[in-house]
Amino acid sequence: MLLEVKNLTKSYAGPDGDTPVLRGVDLSLDQGETLALTGESGSGKSTLLHLISGLDLPGGGEIMLAGKDVARMDDTARAELRRNTVGVIFQQFNLIPSMTVAANIGFHARLAGRPDVAHEAALSEALGLAEHLQKFPEQLSGGQQQRVAIARTLAARPALVLADEPTGNLDEGTAAEVIDQMQALVSQAGSALMMVTHSTALAARMGRQVHLSQGRLA
Amino acid sequence: MIRAGLSALWSHWWRSKLQLMTLLSGLALATALWSGVQAINSEARASYDAAAAVLGEGRFDQLVPGSGESIALATYIKLRRAGWQVSPVVEGEIGLDGTRARIVGVDPLTAPGGSGTSVLTAPPEPQEFLGDGVIFAHPGVAEALTGRVNARVVADPGVAPDTALMDVGVAAQLLERSDLSRLIIAPDQPMGVPALSAVAPDLIRQGAQDGAEVGRLTDSFHLNLTAFGLLAFVVGLFIVHGTIGLAFEQRRGMVRTLRALGMPLKTLVSLLALEMAVFAVIAGGVGVLLGYLIAGALLPDVAATLEGLYGAQISGALRLRPDWWLTGMGIAFAGTVIAASGALWRIARMPLLASPGGRAWAVASGQTRRWLGFAALALALVAASALSLGQGLLLAFAGLGALLMGAALALPALLIGLLAMAEARAHSIRAQWFWADTRQQVPGLSLALMALLLAAAANIGVSTMVSSFRLTFVDFLDQRLASDLYIQAEDERQAAEIEAFLAPAAQEIMPLLYVDTRLADAPAELFGVRVGATYRDNWGFLDGTDDAWQAVAQGEAVVINEQMARRAGLWVGDDLTVAPGLPLPIAGVFGDYGNPVGQAVLSEDVFLRLHPDIRPTRFGIRIADKDEARAALQDFGLKDPQIIDQQVIKDFSLGVFERTFTVTAALNVLTLSVAGFAILTSLLTLAAIRVPQLAPAWAMGLTRADLGRLELLRAVVLAFLTIILAVPLGLMLAWVLLAVVNVEAFGWRLPMFTFPLDYAKLALFGVLAAALAALWPARRLARTPPADLLKVFSNER
Repeated sequence: MLLEVKNLTKSYAGPDGDTPVLRGVDLSLDQGETLALTGESGSGKSTLLHLISGLDLPGGGEIMLAGKDVARMDDTARAELRRNTVGVIFQQFNLIPSMTVAANIGFHARLAGRPDVAHEAALSEALGLAEHLQKFPEQLSGGQQQRVAIARTLAARPALVLADEPTGNLDEGTAAEVIDQMQALVSQAGSALMMVTHSTALAARMGRQVHLSQGRLA
Repeated sequence: MIRAGLSALWSHWWRSKLQLMTLLSGLALATALWSGVQAINSEARASYDAAAAVLGEGRFDQLVPGSGESIALATYIKLRRAGWQVSPVVEGEIGLDGTRARIVGVDPLTAPGGSGTSVLTAPPEPQEFLGDGVIFAHPGVAEALTGRVNARVVADPGVAPDTALMDVGVAAQLLERSDLSRLIIAPDQPMGVPALSAVAPDLIRQGAQDGAEVGRLTDSFHLNLTAFGLLAFVVGLFIVHGTIGLAFEQRRGMVRTLRALGMPLKTLVSLLALEMAVFAVIAGGVGVLLGYLIAGALLPDVAATLEGLYGAQISGALRLRPDWWLTGMGIAFAGTVIAASGALWRIARMPLLASPGGRAWAVASGQTRRWLGFAALALALVAASALSLGQGLLLAFAGLGALLMGAALALPALLIGLLAMAEARAHSIRAQWFWADTRQQVPGLSLALMALLLAAAANIGVSTMVSSFRLTFVDFLDQRLASDLYIQAEDERQAAEIEAFLAPAAQEIMPLLYVDTRLADAPAELFGVRVGATYRDNWGFLDGTDDAWQAVAQGEAVVINEQMARRAGLWVGDDLTVAPGLPLPIAGVFGDYGNPVGQAVLSEDVFLRLHPDIRPTRFGIRIADKDEARAALQDFGLKDPQIIDQQVIKDFSLGVFERTFTVTAALNVLTLSVAGFAILTSLLTLAAIRVPQLAPAWAMGLTRADLGRLELLRAVVLAFLTIILAVPLGLMLAWVLLAVVNVEAFGWRLPMFTFPLDYAKLALFGVLAAALAALWPARRLARTPPADLLKVFSNER
């Protein structure tokens, strides 16, 4: 088992006291498995992803990832987890604007200390980015920028890819194309994929689907 | 990981080269002005130390003549025989190729350790010094002396500037004198030596600290320079702070991404700190180099100033001293830490999932403005307390600093208030938009405008001080140089003959009797004058009795200069002891600008009674036709240099005065230039975030050329308002300089005059500088491709 989440809770402090976002989530994911996480806005999908990737800390419960409890890790250990085990694809791409497309693609892998130029080139080719490598992110369209973000994550060969509405900014046709490419590459790398999406069509392309409603898995 | 992190951070600067240049040049300029001033101070202090070390000033007590200028050789022998461990010194000046060289003769056998020849780079054996009659001289003097004297001349940079050091016998020969100037007292004296009053009652023992007069007097001058350097540094720091703040804000997104991809916060903050340290080293190095060039250019004028004001001689050539370039690098680091610490702290505290933001830097909240307002108020209170309650130069400068910083912090709120008033009165929609948009720009430009405010206020303050000083000084020269001609006799016999020769034709003859002495526990000059119409009509007093000159003429009173009055805490009506057992009431206090030493003026009769051995050799004369008098005196046998026209002295004095303030004027211009640069860099760095603000106006019908023109006008309006606000601040600064700092530093207070035309010129200059600075960013804006403006609406930026 790559990921096992047990009784996960999370609340955010607000002016009217704590607002619970996750109310005891249980979830598991195997190596190489793909999972779509759906749910209405505010249901806690992004929060769950942030907790699994160690970007945020849970209020309670357990997140066992590659045999380690993320909830009990300190800041440095969680940074190491993100560097070596998890790759996050954000809806807003989060590319480094001052670096070229090529440098962005290789960045996560270099940060993790395992650069592989041939692999990066193959990913660029597969995602149709080969002719844009020397451009800067602002010179690309939204779809192209999202492909760069996907390539960056996959180039680092993480065991778990977490994608937070990666096609939220793209039109339907482009979104389907990007997801297909991502799925193929994740499968090729043997990584597990957990993707947050609103789209039932995109969710249907994943191996398994779970629905989050009011902080609980339906 | 480190390499990848560094490459990401560096990529920002690589893509924003202008921002990098702004940061580096801001820091380099700030460091340059500071380290330039420090280089000057360091060189001057080294010169004072070298000069003082020869005579052990500041370390050993000395015996100096009670009156007159010399100690008889017999007195020295008498002291040695009585067991006193004293070492003779002969001092004097000789002319060398149109300049003066200080000749110092010491006795290496009796000089206490640490004085005499020990200052030399390679101290000779006493035998070599004594037997061969070798002269060690500062390189410039050595060159001039070679061939002029029989002794071997060795150039030694350890000797003070314009000075030659030699055996006391060689010096006496060179100066053609057989007496001594002073005696250095060894710290350890044998038990049971007789009291000084018993052996040499005419000599005065001067404490080690009292002797270091030059150092004490010039401290204030150097503090003034340091304060100016610090002001320039603060102005430069505003640029650096703004640039670093913007750069960190722009990289918030990158920081979030780096952390999301697994870079630990500590590593990230360390890398950012390392990045800043590298910038500090680069900019510090450039700054120190620039400072060296600035100091090299200004040093000759500073040397002239110090010589003119204090008679202190410093080297006109600059040497690279480790203390100041290390200080320069240190200040570059300190500046970077001050400018970057806030931004680093915010990055360190930024939650991982925070919005990347990016424009917060340029959009200060109302709460920030309130905090700035409170800080400004607190600083104003500190300034008022320091200036009204405290005493001392440091406190005066602290008050001044608080006043300037308080005003700078209050500037954004004041500008926003003024712009809001303009907006409320605007009729057309375009004017309303212009004022509202200008108001929106204030937070982003506030640091540059603060720099402009400080520079303009400093300019107004210092120019008001200098111009007030000039007016007062010219008036003072007219008063003090009332005689038509000044005559210098060769000796007392010739003086008496001249006086008799002139008596029938001259309206008034004024012999000038003078002796160096100590009054009110400090070195002073005592003058004896023949009181007549010239003194009564021309010499005014800052404060005095109605019949002050009459009382002086009758030998019943003395008049003193302001320096002595303030230093000794004396004023009209108090008594001054002019000789043992002779206290005289002070009838008047006169202004004496440019003179650091206390002066007391007595009647000729009283002076001659106290110093019967001194006869006048100098005269001032009032005469109907001075050209005729000059011709007659030349026929009488006087050489041309012995007859000096008062106009020549006035011109010389004004020349010294003008050079005195060359340094201040140069620093003034440099500081204002730095402020102009701050505006340019702020506008350029803001240009990137201006596009989203201006795109809606463009979409609604304003052309890009219109936008460029309005951008230029906006900079001009903001600069103009800032300079208008700088006028009252500058006048406050002038008042503090004239009424507080000047009194503390030099011992005299100057009346304050205002010069509206000068301020108008400054405003014009400042506005032109702002317009020039805004020209390039405005031009860039006017040429922004429509595609860039369109991106604002397509959510693809």
